[in-house]
Amino acid sequence: MPRTRTIIPGVDKKLLIKDAAKLLPDPTRRLLLRGGLSLGALAVLGGCDIVDSDAAEGVLRKISKFNDGVQALLFNPNALAPEYPESKITRPFPFNGYYAEDEAPEVDGKTYKLEVGGMIDNKEPWTLDQLYALPQVSQITRHVCVEGWSASGSWQGVQLSEFLKRIGADTRAKYVWFQCAEGYSNTIDMPTALHPQTQLSFKFDNQILPRKYGFPMKCRIPTKLGFKNPKYIAAIYVQNNDAGGYWENQGYNWFSGL
Amino acid sequence: MASIDTRAGTHPHPVIHPVWVRLTHWINAFAMLVMIGSGWEIYNASPLFGFRFPGSITLGGWLAGALLWHFAAMWLLAVNGIIYVALGLATGRFRTKLLPINPGEVIADTKAALTFRLAHDDLSKYNSVQRLLYAGIIAVGVTIVLSGLAIWKPVQLQTQAAIFGGYDTARYVHFFCMAAIVGFLVVHILLAMIVPKSLRAMITGR
Repeated sequence: MPRTRTIIPGVDKKLLIKDAAKLLPDPTRRLLLRGGLSLGALAVLGGCDIVDSDAAEGVLRKISKFNDGVQALLFNPNALAPEYPESKITRPFPFNGYYAEDEAPEVDGKTYKLEVGGMIDNKEPWTLDQLYALPQVSQITRHVCVEGWSASGSWQGVQLSEFLKRIGADTRAKYVWFQCAEGYSNTIDMPTALHPQTQLSFKFDNQILPRKYGFPMKCRIPTKLGFKNPKYIAAIYVQNNDAGGYWENQGYNWFSGL
Repeated sequence: MASIDTRAGTHPHPVIHPVWVRLTHWINAFAMLVMIGSGWEIYNASPLFGFRFPGSITLGGWLAGALLWHFAAMWLLAVNGIIYVALGLATGRFRTKLLPINPGEVIADTKAALTFRLAHDDLSKYNSVQRLLYAGIIAVGVTIVLSGLAIWKPVQLQTQAAIFGGYDTARYVHFFCMAAIVGFLVVHILLAMIVPKSLRAMITGR
């Protein structure tokens, strides 16, 4: 198969977008077993129709839920993701989304206000100037995509734990829910939200976060797979109910910890 | 139970594979097929090499489905594998069946096998090629599980990931272990078809 130009080894830019398009929700498609039952060996083992697709999907989702619990237990709040020198930054750092780069949301920084809500004391929205004035930290960490590829990037911003403190969040709540400008969303567990490397990022490589990387704000979580790192964040809620997320709701593992 | 049968000697065929070997073998076979089929679909999402596996031989239909299968079957594979290795060590089966592996005998037996002159009169004794392959595939099995854990948890298990050369390299290790297992499977199934009584022994024990 002819290889098209790659951004980083093992990643094909066109295929990335095509993959993402292919992964778009399709109500007519059976979620898990499209083409799956033609796996000859399984058919040999148990006759042609050993697995009822819906039943199998139910069982698999239950096991995925169980795996969420296992991963929460494995999660060490003090274990830091490895950090790298500047020379290791992947350039250009890949754009990734379920839409093409020129379809990424365009947020107006001048009128932008971050909405905050749920179990917090201060529900005043935040302007970008207010956010930029928060104490900044920096990290160069590896972004690992659920597809398998990885890339190292440099992010600057405020620790999410610090921000949660400023808005008077009740950190006994179970979840933090992010809503994004393009309709994307993620819910993460509180222990991960409070991890020292979980960062509300305003900059990539010391430059104001460009549109393609999630302007005005991304939540960088180096202890989770890439799709659990929301971009174009519009609202943050602290709450006890799991609001799910864009990919999680379609069958990707909820915890998706690294 | 198996040892009594063997000693009694009244049965024309002594028990070669005790029941725990047969059970773990077939559970492993099923778990491996699920792991390989779903693993191929996961590979397709970001291929390491210039090819993809045809969708007709992968499991899961798309990446999320394949991941659900992979991370479900891993439990079956791991629990079954731990039982197999623990019993293999505890009962002395590994020691008596797989050791010693003599390089000279391996070469001689390989030649004999390739010229179809390798005897299979006594299925209870593995020849040198079998010993090497079976011991080797157990080592590959352990490596694929450890590299898989490194890929799954490169932060929580970062020391383990570092041993495999980091996250990206661990993916290659995981892939080549899969290739070794698939290669083993081809030879293993082919030989079982050439010597059908070996297949019977893995089903009935005798």
